[in-house]
Amino acid sequence: MTMTDVETAPPAGPRHDEPLGATRAERLSALAQQHGALVTLVIAVIAASLSFDTFLTGDNLENMALSSAFLAVVALGMTFVIVTGGIDLSVGSLFALGGVLAAWGSQYGTVVALLLPLAVCGLIGLVNGLLIARSRLAPFIVTLAAMLGARGILLAVTDEGSTTYLVDKSTFFASLGQEKLLGVGVPVWITLALFVLGAVVLRRTRFGQYVYAVGGNEDAAALMGAPVARTKIGVYTVSGLCAGLAGALNAAWLVSGVTILGSGMELEAISAVVIGGTLLTGGFGFISGSLVGVLLLKVIQNVINQIGSLDSAYQQVVSGAFLAVVVIAQTWLGRRRRVL
Amino acid sequence: MSELTLGRAAVDRDRLLRLLQDYGVYLGVAVLLLVNIAFTPHFLSAENFRTQAVQVAPVLIVALGMALAIGSEGVDLSVGSVMALATSLISLYLGYGAWIALIAALVGGVLVGVANGALVAFIGVQPIVATLALMVAGRGLALVLLPQLKDVRDPGLRSLGTGDVLGIPYLVLIAAALALLVAFVVRRTTFGRQLLAIGDSRPAAQLAGLPVRRVLVLVYVLSGALAAVAGVLATARLTASDPTSLGNLMELSAITAVVVGGTPLTGGRVRIGGTVAGAVLIQLLTATLIKHDLPPSWTQIAQAVVIVLAVYAARERGKR
Repeated sequence: MTMTDVETAPPAGPRHDEPLGATRAERLSALAQQHGALVTLVIAVIAASLSFDTFLTGDNLENMALSSAFLAVVALGMTFVIVTGGIDLSVGSLFALGGVLAAWGSQYGTVVALLLPLAVCGLIGLVNGLLIARSRLAPFIVTLAAMLGARGILLAVTDEGSTTYLVDKSTFFASLGQEKLLGVGVPVWITLALFVLGAVVLRRTRFGQYVYAVGGNEDAAALMGAPVARTKIGVYTVSGLCAGLAGALNAAWLVSGVTILGSGMELEAISAVVIGGTLLTGGFGFISGSLVGVLLLKVIQNVINQIGSLDSAYQQVVSGAFLAVVVIAQTWLGRRRRVL
Repeated sequence: MSELTLGRAAVDRDRLLRLLQDYGVYLGVAVLLLVNIAFTPHFLSAENFRTQAVQVAPVLIVALGMALAIGSEGVDLSVGSVMALATSLISLYLGYGAWIALIAALVGGVLVGVANGALVAFIGVQPIVATLALMVAGRGLALVLLPQLKDVRDPGLRSLGTGDVLGIPYLVLIAAALALLVAFVVRRTTFGRQLLAIGDSRPAAQLAGLPVRRVLVLVYVLSGALAAVAGVLATARLTASDPTSLGNLMELSAITAVVVGGTPLTGGRVRIGGTVAGAVLIQLLTATLIKHDLPPSWTQIAQAVVIVLAVYAARERGKR
């Protein structure tokens, strides 16, 4: 029983210290769960660069880094939500909405272009959180409704999707997506900075500890005096903010607010987080894993694109099968750790 | 029990709330019908009713399977992709005859259901994630099998999609028959009872010696098969196979119909009558907004509000 208690309510952050008496198999399982994605990524990169001359070229790496950056920011917010044991299906719509609002706002300056999507998407995230935490509605249905609602708002502000707002290339906002720093695109730097910030928040702050506690065992967290409702409201707001910001950065990169983006992005983000080792049952997970998960997904997509004869439909088959394999492995590893 | 200590007014309010939860969806349908009869020109015509009913049929059939999955405290996100897979398989096997094509489509749906069920029941993956994986992979597989839109020129399938008996389209008759069948299964069969018991509490069902795994696999197999039937009927109606767009967002519509119909997401209860009314309600709502020239953005926002309201209303029952 004591083992289970330790399992479901880690004191703070991912456990690196196994309880006394942990067997070798148990330690191996824990290691595989935490670093399996990273090992797979390294193997995938080595295999890809040996098989395709075009893989390790500057252009290809740059493309992969940029296309990973936007998904990674979305996955960052999703990690917080999933660690509390929730799920956020609205991020794809919020990503698209954020991009459109940023492109529209860019005519009034960079501040508006950044603050407007953050405010609107953050507010929708906040409403998600309030409905989930205060009214105790199921996360997946609330965020499903938000996915529809946000897409509706997007259509309403773009004359039913027929207007695409453009970003003036000479503005500072456009340079956020276009410029390079030390040969690497600015969005990539912003993403890396956000991941460092996210990791610090999740592991070193009180809020982060509450996130783990709520995900581990909500009732126990409440009894300990953790502000369960406020923590949940917080994570959905963070997820909304991240999706909105990712959309804004993407709009700066594309210099336009493309209305048809983001569908299926919630699935990609969830897959990345799960592949990165975060448990969907909550209470266990880490920010760096989600970054690895995003990179792994993008490398796989890239490899499939490089095999010219395969069209993008295979990409979906492989992504789905890969997600299934990861989840099976995780469940198996998790069970093993608990049983032993 | 605690009701004994409550005042009379509180009890009445409680009963009213429960009535609203159970029959609110029918009230909603009635209100929308009345509003449309009063304000929408040409609403009261046989032609219009036929159009609405034909449009709602595939959604309803998918929603029936979804109701079973939700009743078992799960969910099936792969239904839209199963529809796409079914339509691809039909085009692929139509050369061998319509019946072979139909069977191939059904087998495809059943196989996806077996995969979902195995992941959920035997491996213990959460239904959302298991069916998410199949949703992504299923759509991809459908596109691998049939990369682009293809016309389906089979007289048998065409008559299935557009024919009728005494003015009632085949599609509507099939949907109604399946609704009755699923209602019977839920209420009168051992499988139905076991399904609800598992939805109520899987550990308790396990302790009681119920064949939990077998029942769960069967739930997802039924959901997959029903989605495949919906895919076949949609293909027959459109006389074309379009694996890119067929069934897109269908999981959303089906979940909405089930939830609006008063089936709690917490499992242990399935309301087939409510699900039928829920599907009709969503269809009427969309039709009303479209007929009054409101843009699609309004339809989506309205649908989102209806979902939240329905879940909010069902919330109290979930606690009981």
